[in-house]
Amino acid sequence: MAEFRMPSLGADMDAGKLLEWYVKPGDAVQRGDIVALVDTDKAAIEVEIFEGGVIDELLVRPGQTVPVGTPLAHVRSGATGEAAAAAPAEEVTPEEARATKAAPEEAAPEQVAPPPAPAAAQAPLAVVPPHATPAARAQGREVGIDLSDLRGTGRHGVITREDVIAASKPRAQEAPETAPAAPPPVPVPPIPAPGGERLRITPRARRLARELGVDPAGVTGTGPDGAITGGDVQKASAPPAPPMPKPTSTPTASTEAVASTHAKPSDERYAAMRRAIAAAMAKSKREIPHYYLGHHIDMEAALTWLEERNLERSLPERILPATLLFRATALAVAEVPEMNGFFLDGRFEPRDAVHMGIGISLRQGGLIAPAILDAQDKGLSALMTSVRDLVGRTRTLQLRSSEMSEATITVTALGDQGVETVFGVIYPPQVALVGFGTVAQRPWAKNGMVGARRVVHVTLSADHRASDGHTGARFLAAIDGRLQHPEEL
Amino acid sequence: MTEQEIRDAIMSSLHSVAPEIELDEIDPAKPIGPQMDVDSIDFLNVLMSIHEQTGVDIPERDYPKVQTVDDTVAYIAARAS
Repeated sequence: MAEFRMPSLGADMDAGKLLEWYVKPGDAVQRGDIVALVDTDKAAIEVEIFEGGVIDELLVRPGQTVPVGTPLAHVRSGATGEAAAAAPAEEVTPEEARATKAAPEEAAPEQVAPPPAPAAAQAPLAVVPPHATPAARAQGREVGIDLSDLRGTGRHGVITREDVIAASKPRAQEAPETAPAAPPPVPVPPIPAPGGERLRITPRARRLARELGVDPAGVTGTGPDGAITGGDVQKASAPPAPPMPKPTSTPTASTEAVASTHAKPSDERYAAMRRAIAAAMAKSKREIPHYYLGHHIDMEAALTWLEERNLERSLPERILPATLLFRATALAVAEVPEMNGFFLDGRFEPRDAVHMGIGISLRQGGLIAPAILDAQDKGLSALMTSVRDLVGRTRTLQLRSSEMSEATITVTALGDQGVETVFGVIYPPQVALVGFGTVAQRPWAKNGMVGARRVVHVTLSADHRASDGHTGARFLAAIDGRLQHPEEL
Repeated sequence: MTEQEIRDAIMSSLHSVAPEIELDEIDPAKPIGPQMDVDSIDFLNVLMSIHEQTGVDIPERDYPKVQTVDDTVAYIAARAS
């Protein structure tokens, strides 16, 4: 019997609040399945399970806040054979457990189309199993909904429990266009809906709805495909706020100005995020003996190569200069592994995999540094896709636990703001932070001549307990070296 | 596509990247970036979403022509089938 514990979703997290279970006892889960939604000071995070099995018992109720490491659920390992046979029969049959275990992407048996008879094999959709969360599959079984009829509103179109619930309900809301966004006091009379109305709602909106006591079913979504967004929920909970002057982009923007904009999840959340950042950074400054190195890199070769490359590429294949910097850093880590890993229990533990934390500022204020997992294995295109995906999800607060907990080194690129140099603070328990400033034209001497070339200032903040300046200098030189041969990136 | 459809596609693209921004407050004649605090990655995500909805690709050299909502509508309208 394994224990599924409250994960540490970053050095600044002491405790987490369980918001929602996506599984119940008897559900078979695969490694990597999203099983719960946990609120931290920064964001609600979808938590993945790291061991497959069958959920035996949920130990923490939604709404409870527990310290990191607290067991959240008991998981029986090995959903096949004896373990599954021992499962309560009314919750999961061995066949179901085996089917789910053997084919993670497949729906439960009754949702899978019967083996096509030779003459009736013309249902191509039915053979593509719907991708659904365990909870969605269970809910589908419960209410007799065929998941293959549903369109998932989860990430990557995954069918969530909400989708199934929404599909099983009569159309709950058909608000007239002109109605204000306030939730109707009385449920709208159900209107038969042959296709089933699915509630499309972002995780942030769901959380806000809970916090503000708004029934999402009564909110008109303004997001893509009518999805309910956090803003919709906030509007529904209060009369529209008067337009506020946009806070200035300086970090010293007054707290009141920042806090009063409706763009902010909530005042408390912002305050909590500031406290979390403060705690992590204070710990860093208190415990980590930082040393700092800076190095100017001639970016002309890399950028010229990139511009030519992008010229012939369509939008989805285009690469931003920042991705070149990330890629060069990931490759340089392989040359200088002393920069990658954790300082724990008085010693440095290097890591082979480069889980590259990317410092991402939130428009509402605050900062999150989720990781691109296994960045060392991602070529430029794959890395670009990951960066775009990660930035998009961070700014809409849809992150996963593995991205929050596993960064082995952090890179921050503040180039868009026009700063030349980043003086970074290491994110514990990591041992290095790489900072890139703006890539800009500077006078640059080359071959005895001064000319205008595009240059970036890269800095390294590193932990003197894990490495010395000489090693750090090799690391920055390795980044430089990689950027002089962009075709090899 | 009608001009209104293009405008809607652009607004929904902006919304998907920055759901917390009130679209009503965006001045269509002014550059989007400073109004929404979008960085280069957000900007690329907006262009990708517009591309998905309208089928129009915007090459890098034309980025200066798609800095405001109005300009982007005109740009897409001239190229959308």
